[in-house]
Formats: sequence, C-alpha cells, structure tokens
Amino acid sequence: MTNKAFKGLSPQEATARVEASLKQRRKKEKRFRLMGLSAVGLALTFLVILFSGILTKGLPGMFQHYVQLDVVLDKARLDPQGDMSDASLFSGDADKIILEASLASIGEEGGRKTKKALRKMVSSGGSQRLIDFVKANPELMGTTQTIKFAVDDDIDSFLRGFIKRETPEKDRRINDFTIEIVDKWQEAGLISYELSDYLFFGSASRDAEMAGIKGALFGSLLTLAICVSIAFPLGVAAAVYLEEIAPKNRWTEIIEININNLAAVPSVVFGIMGLAIFIVTFGMPRSIPLVGGIVLALMTLPTIIISSRAAIRAVPPSIRDAALGIGASKMQTIFHHVIPLAMPGMLTGTIIGMAQALGETAPLLMIGMVAFIVDIPGGFTDPATVLPVQIFMWADFAERMFIQKTSAAIIVLLAFLITMNAAAIMLRKKLERRW
Amino acid sequence: MTLTSLLIILTVISLAFYFIAKRTVLIARSNGQVFHSLPNYYGLWAGSLAFFPAVVVLILWSIIDIQLFQSWVRDFYPPEILAAGGSQAIVALAKVENIVAGIRFGEPEAWVLQAGDAWIGWAATSTMLKSAVVLGLATVCGLIAYRQIDSDFRARNGVEKLISYGLIAASTIAILTTIGIVLSVLFETIRFFQLVPPTDFIFGTEWNPQFEGAERAGSGGGEAKYGMLPMFAGTLLISSIAIIVAVPVGLASAVYLAEYASPKVRSTVKPLLEILAGVPTVVYGFFAALTVAPAIKGLGESLGLTVASESALAAGLVMGVMIIPFVSSLSDDVINAVPQSLRDAAYGLGSTKSETTRQVVLPAALPGIVAAVILAVSRAVGETMIVVMAAGLAANLSFNPLDAVTTVTSQIVTILVGDQEFESAKTLSAFALSTMLIILTLGLNFFALQIVKKYREQYD
Amino acid sequence: MENSNIKTTGNVFVENPRMTARNVDVYYGDKHAINDVTIDIGEQEVIAFIGPSGCGKSTFLRTLNRMNDTIDICRVEGTIALDGQDIYAPSVDVVPLRARVGMVFQKPNPFPKSIYDNIAYGPRIHGLTKSKSELDDIVESALEKAGLWNEVKDRLDQPGTGLSGGQQQRLCIARAIAVSPEVILMDEPCSALDPIATAKVEELIEELKSQYTIVIVTHSMQQAARVSDRTAYFHLGDLIEVGNTEQIFTNPSHQLTQDYITGRFG
Repeated sequence: MTNKAFKGLSPQEATARVEASLKQRRKKEKRFRLMGLSAVGLALTFLVILFSGILTKGLPGMFQHYVQLDVVLDKARLDPQGDMSDASLFSGDADKIILEASLASIGEEGGRKTKKALRKMVSSGGSQRLIDFVKANPELMGTTQTIKFAVDDDIDSFLRGFIKRETPEKDRRINDFTIEIVDKWQEAGLISYELSDYLFFGSASRDAEMAGIKGALFGSLLTLAICVSIAFPLGVAAAVYLEEIAPKNRWTEIIEININNLAAVPSVVFGIMGLAIFIVTFGMPRSIPLVGGIVLALMTLPTIIISSRAAIRAVPPSIRDAALGIGASKMQTIFHHVIPLAMPGMLTGTIIGMAQALGETAPLLMIGMVAFIVDIPGGFTDPATVLPVQIFMWADFAERMFIQKTSAAIIVLLAFLITMNAAAIMLRKKLERRW
Repeated sequence: MTLTSLLIILTVISLAFYFIAKRTVLIARSNGQVFHSLPNYYGLWAGSLAFFPAVVVLILWSIIDIQLFQSWVRDFYPPEILAAGGSQAIVALAKVENIVAGIRFGEPEAWVLQAGDAWIGWAATSTMLKSAVVLGLATVCGLIAYRQIDSDFRARNGVEKLISYGLIAASTIAILTTIGIVLSVLFETIRFFQLVPPTDFIFGTEWNPQFEGAERAGSGGGEAKYGMLPMFAGTLLISSIAIIVAVPVGLASAVYLAEYASPKVRSTVKPLLEILAGVPTVVYGFFAALTVAPAIKGLGESLGLTVASESALAAGLVMGVMIIPFVSSLSDDVINAVPQSLRDAAYGLGSTKSETTRQVVLPAALPGIVAAVILAVSRAVGETMIVVMAAGLAANLSFNPLDAVTTVTSQIVTILVGDQEFESAKTLSAFALSTMLIILTLGLNFFALQIVKKYREQYD
Repeated sequence: MENSNIKTTGNVFVENPRMTARNVDVYYGDKHAINDVTIDIGEQEVIAFIGPSGCGKSTFLRTLNRMNDTIDICRVEGTIALDGQDIYAPSVDVVPLRARVGMVFQKPNPFPKSIYDNIAYGPRIHGLTKSKSELDDIVESALEKAGLWNEVKDRLDQPGTGLSGGQQQRLCIARAIAVSPEVILMDEPCSALDPIATAKVEELIEELKSQYTIVIVTHSMQQAARVSDRTAYFHLGDLIEVGNTEQIFTNPSHQLTQDYITGRFG
C-alpha cells in the first residue's frame, strides 16, 4: 500500500468550492423540477380540454326541443281497420292528424305554403310517436290530448342559435316564413327544451332529432357478453396452466412469446383475422355480435392472461405447500386455494380487458358491424352495431345536430368505461390481501 | 333441430349422467362400499365424458358441412361461370346462399333455384345426421364412463387429467390465434403478389388502387398503382409527431411522479393520467377531426400557411396525447426498477435530486426507457381510428406535417369496410398492407423485449 | 459536563469533537427508532457502532449526513452539529453537508458507468475541478488512497460493475474520498464481502484514519475491535455504553454490553 501525499484538495478547499457551486445547482434543480411539473400539468391540461370539449358539446346533445300540440285522436282516421293492429295503425292518417294539430297550434286554416313549412317542422318520427301513444292509451281514443313532438333538427338548430336569424335567408337552411311560425310557437309557450327520449330509446336514424343509441347499446352488451364468456374462462385457464402446471420447456416458452406478441398486435389486425377466418372461411354472417365477441375475446385474451398470471404469482407458495401437505391433489390445491385467492386480481384484469373491448372500434369495422341497423338486436346472431361504431358513423354525418348527438353518445360510452374502471379499482382495493 | 336446442339437449343428457353417476356412488357408499374418490368426481367423470367429445364433434361438423356444401354446389353452376372463376363464382355462391336464407331478389335463374333447393336438402340431412351422431355419441360415452364406476376406479385422477387437457388447450389458443393471423393475411398477400410484383409494392411511390369493375369499364382514373411508400411515409410522419409529443411529456411526468411528487399527489395524478389511456380511440378520432384539425387550420392560416383540413399534425398531436400515459407508465416502471442503492450512492456524495435523476437514475433506466419508446412507436403505428377519422385518404408522399397524408391502417380500413370484390387487386392489397403492418409492429415489439431482457439481466 | 441526565454508561464526550449529537430521537412514522442519544465524534478517530440487528445503529448513522431525508416518514428530533453548526437547521442545504460527510453503504453500489466516471462523478457535480488534468489527479489519488490504483489503472474506462465485490466496495470508498470529505460514514461496509476483501477494506480504514474522521457501523465485534479507537454499543434504540474500544471489549461497565460482547445474544 502506498501512502503518498494527497494530490487532491484539502477538505476546507473542497467545502469552499462546493459552496461556490451551490447557487447555480439550485437554479438547475428548480428548472428540472419545474420541467417535470409542467409535463404533468400539460398532460392534465390535455385531459381537461378533451373532457370539457366533449361535455360542452355532449350535454346539450342529451336534450332537444319539443313542441306540444293538441292532437284530436280520431279513432276512425287513426285506426281505419278498428282492430288496433300495427298494420291498421300504420295505414292510418297519423301524419295528417299531426299536421292539422300543428295548423291549429298557430291558429290558421293554412294555405299550401304553411302546410309545406309545417310538415318539415315536426320530426318525421312524430307519426310513430302518435301511434305509440294511442297503443299505450287506447282508452283515450276520441279525446283531444296534448302530446309533445320533437321538432325537426333544423328547427332545433335554430332554437339553439346555430342557425342565426341575422343570416341572409338564402344562406340558411330554414326560411323566414318558418322562423315566423317558430316565433308564434314560442309566444304561445308551446316549445320546451327537455331531456331527449330519442337519445336513449331511439335507434340509428338519418334524422338527427330521432337518432338514438339504444340499438348500439344492446349490440355492445351482446358483444361483450360473448367476449367475457369466452375470454374469462380461457384466460384464467391459460394463466393457471402457465403458472402452475406448465413444464419449463420450449413449448411453454413459445406460448409465452406468443402471448406477448399478441398483446402488441394492432387491434385492426384482429379484425382482419376475424374477416378472413370467421366470415370468409367459416361462412359466418357479417355484422353479428357472435363474431364481434369472438374477435374481441381473442384481442383481450393477452391482457387477461397476463394479469391473471400476476395474480396467481402473488399467491404465496406457503398456501400451496399447506394444501399439498395435508394431501390435496395438485388440481384440488389449484381450484380450492390458488384460484379463489387470485380471483380478485383475475377479475380486475378481466374488467379492464372488457373496458378495452367496449371501447374498441377498428376490428368491428372489419367484420362489418358498421352496417346501418335500425332494429334492436334480439340475439347473438342478429345484425348489430356497437356504441363506438355508432359514434364513428355519426361522426361522419354532416348535420350540426349530429355532432351534439355524437358527443352525447361519447359521454354515455365514457360513463360506462369509467364505471368499469372504477369498479376494477374498487375491487382491487377491497379484496386486496396483504401477505 | 337448431344448434341451440341441440346444445340444450346435450347439456341435459350430460347433467343426467352426472347426477346418476354421483347418486350410484352415494348409494353404494351408504351400503358400506369404499370408493377411491369422492362421489362428486364419479359424477363429473361421467358427465364430462358425455359432454365434451360430443361438443367437439358438433363444432367440427358445423364448420365442415358448410365447406362441403360450398364445394358441392359448384356442380350446379353454369360452365361459363366455372370457366370465369374468381369473383363470378363468389357472386354465384352469394346468390345461392340468398335462396337458402329465403331472400329473393327479382327472379333468380333456374340453376340458382335448383342449387338452393339441393343445398336446403343437404342442410336438412346434415342437421338430422348431426343431431343423431352428437346425441348418440354423448349417450355412448356417458354409458361407457358410467360402466367404469367401481370402488377401485380413480375418478378424481381421471377428472383431473381431463381438466389439465382443458387447461393445455386453453393455453394453445394464443398459438392458434397467431397462426390464424398469419394464415389470414399470408394467402391473400401471396395472391396479391401474383397480381402486383412485390418490388412494385414495396418500392412503389404511387398509390392509386382501382376496382376491377372501374378498370374494365374504363372509367377509372388511370392505371392502378400499388406502391406502399406513401402510406408508410404517412405512418412515419404521424407516428413521429405523436412520439415528439408523447415521449417528453410522458417521460418528464414519470420522472416527476417517481422522484419528486408526494405520495398524495402521485396517487391522484396517476389514475388521472390513466384515464387518458382508457378513452376509446374513436373518441380521440372525433376530437381530432372536430376540434383539433380546424383549430390547427385556423391557426396556420392566420399565420399565412397552407394547412390541409385533415393535416397530419392534428392526427399526430392527438395520437401523442393518447400515448402519453402509455409512455409514462412504462417509464415509471423502469425508473422504479432502478435500485435505491444507486440513488443512495449519489445522495451520499451530495448530489441534488435533479443531478441524481439525470446522471444516475435516467442513464441506468435508459435501456428500459428506449424499450418503452419503441413500444410507444409500435402502438402509434398500429393505431387506427384516429387516422381513419382525422387523417386524409390522399396518398401524398409528403413529410410536411401540415399536409394531408394517409396511413397504412386507414387504407386497410377504407379498403375492407363496405363492399368488396374479393378477388380484386385492391382488396388483396389491404392484406398485403396488413402483412407489412404486422411485420413492422412485431419487429418493434421483439426489439423492445430484447432490450428489456438485457436490461433485466443487468440487475438480476 | 454539560448534560447530567445521560443514560449512557461511559464517557460520551471528547476533547475537540467534530460532530456532536445531543438528545437525538428518530421516528419512523409511529415507531420510535432512536431514543435520546447523546454522543460526540472526535477529530480523526475511528468510532464503531455495534449492537444486535434492529438496534438503530444504522438509523443513527444515516442521521449524521441526513440520508434519512430520502425516507418520507422519517422524523429527527434533538440536535446534531458538524463543527458546531446544527445540520438540521432549516437554512442548511444537504448538498454541501453530504459533500463534507460522505457515506459508504452496506452493499457495494457502483454506478453503471466506467471506473473513472464513478470516481469523477462527485468532483464533477460539485464543481471541484477546473480542468481535466485536475480531475485526473483527483481520480488517481482517490484510487490510490483506496488502494485500488494498481489494480484498475489500466482499465479505468471499464464499467465499475465489472469489478469483484471487494474491489467494488473500495471503489465506493474511493468515490467518497474523491469529494474530500471530513467525515466518512460506513454502514457495515464489509458485510457483503469475503474475508480477504474484508481484510483489505479494514487495512484501508487504518490508512484513512490519519486524515478523516470515520464512523463505522459493523455487525462484527472482531472488526470493531480491530479497526476502531472508540466503540459505542446500541441496544433497541438506546445508546447503552461508549468507551475506548479496548475497555469496551475487555471490561464493559454495563451488563447489556457485557452480555452482547460475551455472545449471550446478538
């Protein structure tokens, strides 16, 4: 060992130099911290912009304008065959009766011009609404009832101020004459602004005022039902096999690599596979929740397997030893102890996977769930669409009112997703075991 | 008999075997006989043996019979359709299938009606045979299992063996899915390369796909061109913008949350950031197309720039926001994986927090951060809805973020959504693009995992 | 002297102390980890903290350069002073403090950088040198003092993590020396090392004693006996006895110390 004289600095000198460097270093420290803070701030700002944008557009989209009309429920005209059957009601004069009621509302006999204007002012879904009303209340036939009808989306736009009175007549979608009638309605207090019943109980429609998400919501539920009933058992089974049973060999390694790779495959590719295999090769119909559910199940499988494996790994070996030690078989140990203890983690992973599936659009476009479907799907093999695809389709429509409807549908979708994620977090917190 | 009712009957038969077998053992046990396993296992053994082989046969049969009918029905096609092949045969098949489904457009040709009737006949026979075979198989297998019951029979071991086969089968789904993905793009890609030479596709700088019908009618806008470079350039441009947004913000947030923020701030901000990750891509697409793109156009034009209404910048920015939480949570993991002892060493020497973070923690975490960035790139490349809704369809070979560009994924969606001619080069080109997309994303993923693996070894 | 109600047996005070701790309590959340400890650490002495696991000796060591600041729930009461200046005063910056009171940890923790960069890290961040040659000098002398120069001088650009465990620990000591500290805290520096490497590190401590004040926490009584001038015995957060090493090991005054020394527990 050498014991040369120290060539470096004396402690006093070193301390002096450290002190000298401090000012600049504190400044740097502050700058660095500020940088991190502003990154967090920026990310949160994006979040706020996104949500406030959607809320400001979407909340009004949940409401719409209605006009209340006194309708004469003339049985002979509404129900020409007198048996209250759908066929009879549809062949009736509902449209004309509504037109008469709207004429009455402005106190006019009405020339052709007025009639023509009025026909375009009440939503074309009005007659369906009238039919539904008399079907629900057959005893009111023959009386005069006040019924609220949705106004046409152009009138709605005008009432919301999107179509401006000041705009020259030729540049706006409604003419001065129509505006006069709207003014009369408003003076008479016939216009009301209410929570839209079409949004939640209506289905796909080209008319913005009648478009609703009920069909898409059912489609989403059916698709998710298929998805969870395939992905959950398969995912848990695969995780149990890989964690508890699989020998450490080449085959297991291949399976693991495959799962990791599938987690990185873009979702649209799963759609292409669904198209090529289930629809073209197996000959299954397009647009059905069954195929959609299978495709989404294959897509979410890696998520569920990975989180289930983590949950199984978190079960301490001592539990397995305890069960094996009193003579339980391997399967009994797994099914009586490991799986119940890992269940909260597995469920959390499944809920997160389902939330992912609920928001997924691209693969479902590939298998044709983008069709314009008016009927509410009644089963797994009925043509259907889902909420995100509905949003995608509405986003393409040019009408101003569809933007609001789309935002309203997005709010509903986000509400579902946030609920699911919150449920997952709560489940994890509540059932979390500390070993 | 429909598929559903067949399944219900099958389930009822299996449950019956379960209860009968269990009951038999229970009675025998109460008479003093000693069994190897619990009664429940004998029930499960009989029930599963009745159920599973029959279900497998049912599924296979249902898949195969349609394939058989599709090939048999070709005998009915007029010779000219057979000779033309390709899309004509597909149209013919669709016509027959409509008849089978009970849908008629106008007055179908005689051969279509004949084929449809034959098909309906085959289907009826097949269903009858299928029901008989499936239910028969269930009964026979169930009986065999039931006959095995005696005191020495190890029902538990048998059932556990079945379960372990089930578990193995479940874990191979991942491999089957991968094979499915590869096969579904491979054949169509090969067929595409028979129509368009691979070199034209890979190195081509022009993309102008045409429907065959349009080409035949001579109304198409010139010759069809299938060069993939414009799409890959567009993908590259939009992904780069996204990465430029996401990596600094995501990384700096992760650093702040991991090294500076108090536990309280961390536990509030992290879930908030994760909300950004949970927002569906279609919502981001809507936001990009309706809010961001017009804002950028307005801003750019007020500065005197020409901005396309579907600029790459809008799609890229929003995509960047989308992958911020992805980058931040992956970086957070690798930053937390840096051993505390390294931080202690730096603090022990008198480093400030930022010096420790910049000079010790980040360099140590660098491989993991690089892997996170690569995974983020892979995510951006594969992202579909934002570009479908907010990027254009114009295949410009441009690197100006204010231009409209198109991407691989948005072309795939555009081509494959809606009506397709299955044999046309245009439709097939979507599969070729998909192949390239899969190769690219899996390559990136593989690369990232390799880095992560190396990185783990460093600290193990 | 100054404080009459000290529970500790033996003389806790020294003539001209470098560091002084007065009535120090340390809490981890609700847990009371160090209970009313008063002790002086003298100029250019080696003082060893011994005691059974969990007795608080490492915790106390970490309060001496405020390394416990990195643990959120840790709270320190009482006063600790370096050269008469309270190091927990609000105006004190931990950065220069830690430059003056360096630390070597239980497990060798070289940065995943080259040997040269490991040593140069401290001088660089503190701005101790004005030129590359000055830095080279510091690196060389630090490595020399750590007895590592001859072993690594030809591979300064290779990663520090590639050295053997004993070499890594001496690298960490060299890294601490390079910032010219006044006090070096060593937290069980040999617990992860084999006997030969341990002997080398102990030899090094002997060498360094002439220039630095060294506080060493150790699990091994033999080590304390070999390297230290004074020894302090901790038990369940209390400082039981302080004295000259020879006296502690041959003739302890307190029953608990005696029990520990004779191996009745530990």
